[in-house]
Amino acid sequence: MSAWFEIIRDTLKRHEVRLVAYVPDNVLTPLIRAITEDDYFTSFVTTREEEAVGIVAGAWMGGTRGIVLMQTSGFATLPNVLASLAVPFQVPVLMLVSERGTLGEFNLGQALVARTMRPVLDSIAVEHHTISRLDECEFIVDRSVRQAVATQQPACLILSPLLTGGKVFAQ
Amino acid sequence: MSGFSNRPLARAEAKVMGRLDLTKRLVALLRHEEAVVGGIGNTNFDLWAAGRRPQNFYMLGSMGLAVPIAMGVALAQPQRRVVALEGDGSILMQLGCLATAANLKQGNLLIVVMDNGSYQITGGQATATGLGADIVAIARGAGLAQSAWAADEAHFEEMVGQALAEPGPWLIGVRIDMQKPVIQTERDPAQIRDRFMRGLGVKPAWG
Ligand SMILES: Cc1ncc(C[n+]2csc(CCOP(=O)(O)OP(=O)(O)O)c2C)c(N)n1
Repeated sequence: MSAWFEIIRDTLKRHEVRLVAYVPDNVLTPLIRAITEDDYFTSFVTTREEEAVGIVAGAWMGGTRGIVLMQTSGFATLPNVLASLAVPFQVPVLMLVSERGTLGEFNLGQALVARTMRPVLDSIAVEHHTISRLDECEFIVDRSVRQAVATQQPACLILSPLLTGGKVFAQ
Repeated sequence: MSGFSNRPLARAEAKVMGRLDLTKRLVALLRHEEAVVGGIGNTNFDLWAAGRRPQNFYMLGSMGLAVPIAMGVALAQPQRRVVALEGDGSILMQLGCLATAANLKQGNLLIVVMDNGSYQITGGQATATGLGADIVAIARGAGLAQSAWAADEAHFEEMVGQALAEPGPWLIGVRIDMQKPVIQTERDPAQIRDRFMRGLGVKPAWG
């Protein structure tokens, strides 16, 4: 079976999600590398996650599908743009969040920030799923992209350390 | 790059102009269904007042994101010129996007910063540009080499003409006064988005 990042790359490709804007995260490194090495994608770094959401929203309106890659602390900067742009304007901004702050987190700040993520998503009715098993990865990504596009609403996929191994403890 | 290089003005040397007048002048120069993204508040209201175009996007919140939204449209439609109209307070909130725009070398992007040195819509408090920051210098420092202040209305038109014809990214700084908007945008986000997508040819014409 392919690795999680290969499954995600291939599923995004199948759904023509071409534009990938990201603020780096350690756990996302293999996915970012896989996407950067693939000419199908237009991928680039942004200075803030909010900026990436704006770009992906603009690209959708211009006819190109895109996704924002980030870690949990990056998601914590997004409630304003989601509630004032993506949700009310009905723009299916896709988000992929590498989950820090749980299952062995060593930084209390990360642990607290992570706790804000799902309540924010629930409060603005944004569909979200946590991917924790390799055998469910393709199904969740595939169906979430389909639903986001069909309903014109953003969607957030959370990559659990159960899937990725998470960030290794500082020694 | 005549209009952008022959008058390297500092902010203090630029004429203080009218936002609605400049917006109308800009819109009058659009001949090829260029997309225009209006930022939060006044840039948006004046874009609305300058005449509804299907290629206009009116942002109703998300302060600071007019430029990123325009960058996204420009990435998706490289054949179309895309203009972002942004206030000084707004761009100051998202300065990093200037560096991203420079890195992406978006040839079809024009950023116009309407600088009144003030958060006008929230009560006229001074912004950092009102206290000395120079957006054009910041943009150049971020890598947007083709950034300049408009000396006056005629210079602004010359610069816009050039930015719509030659490879960007471009940034034009304009100093504006504190005129109030004459009308407010209809706040119907789903409709704004839908019309914009049809205006860009992403969805077929309605009816
Ligand atoms: C994130 C965020 N912070 C603050 C506000 C409140 N706010 C709305 S418009 C505005 C001022 C915008 O200033 P500027 O871009 O210079 O435009 P002007 O009002 O001068 O036309 C502020 C502070 C907001 N909407 N969003």
